[in-house]
Amino acid sequence: MIGVGKIKQYTNVLDRPLSKGKQEVSLSAFAFLFSELVQYNQTQVDNIAELERRLEDAGYAVGARVLELLCHREKGNRRETRLLGILSFIHSTVWKVLFGKVADSLEKGTEHEDEYMISEKELLLNRFISIPKDMGAFNCGAFVAGIVKGVLDNAGFPAVVTAHFVPVDGQQRPRTTILIKFAEEVLQREARLG
Amino acid sequence: MAPVAPKSGDAIFASVDRVNAELFTLTYGAIVRQLLTDLEEVEEVNKQLDQMGYNIGVRLVDEFLAKSNVSRCVDFRETAEVIAKVGFKMFLGVTASVTNWDAEGTTCSIILEDNPLVDFVELPDTCQGLYYCNILSGVIRGALEMVSMKTEVTWLRDMLRGDDVFELQVKLLKQVPEEYPYKDDE
Repeated sequence: MIGVGKIKQYTNVLDRPLSKGKQEVSLSAFAFLFSELVQYNQTQVDNIAELERRLEDAGYAVGARVLELLCHREKGNRRETRLLGILSFIHSTVWKVLFGKVADSLEKGTEHEDEYMISEKELLLNRFISIPKDMGAFNCGAFVAGIVKGVLDNAGFPAVVTAHFVPVDGQQRPRTTILIKFAEEVLQREARLG
Repeated sequence: MAPVAPKSGDAIFASVDRVNAELFTLTYGAIVRQLLTDLEEVEEVNKQLDQMGYNIGVRLVDEFLAKSNVSRCVDFRETAEVIAKVGFKMFLGVTASVTNWDAEGTTCSIILEDNPLVDFVELPDTCQGLYYCNILSGVIRGALEMVSMKTEVTWLRDMLRGDDVFELQVKLLKQVPEEYPYKDDE
């Protein structure tokens, strides 16, 4: 065909145009991939705490990248400085991009000032996963907890993030809660900002 | 009852649940990163990715056959076409093309122009021998083995190494006849 040139080859990955983020893959492809991740990690560890930590580390890396990508694409490079700002960013924007819907709820902990909880009836990740009885309270949501931790840490809000199953009446499968416990300095900074 | 006609890759992709490709890409990146940290040797990582792909392929083929309703492929040509047009589309949302058939019809190349696994990825100098998408070769090998075809899948061209497309060479080694796990006269 006359006039069709060769597509410009970008040598540096950072020079390539950023995709709009609308591309999709099938859920089963992702589920298979995630199951391999968990299976591989199971061979590398001896106990559940280690397994959760490794999944969290994997998620941490994802979270760091998601933050950069979304800040650039969705928010025009504006940085969140307030606690509630970053929490609602995670609860709506991050969840919407990664899982296709906003998280079910965002709550403030009643017992402690520094605790917040994001709840989801059924995490996309856990849809095809069943935990054997001898693994007790293990939750593959540790991966999602890692993503949240990655986003928070890199946005300047250090926190400890964990995933828990919370049984709900009337529902067969328990819902998953991501518990976020912010570091002291975050609360102090928040208090100073007023 | 008339057999259900095979559905096209697009139709199946539209009917399955889908998830954001970036989550998929970033998760795969996290896997490769973990493997590199644990195993350190690039060759070992390649092998592990292939093994993981094999495990996935073995289970993936069941879902593929269930959702796509393809009839039994007559020959390897048809198999390769089905993998490229229906399989890739159904799971990764991209279409591949098949070229470079050899004279006997046992070796072909599957060309991927668009690969969701490698968005945002650049290979550093320390990992030059890494086949980043090696999981795909394992998936194809595992899936075909479950339908009685022993194959060898290798990478010919890799965009992360400077080529313009991804090219996988699929070579049929032999057709293994199905064995029944029990004897008829017992």
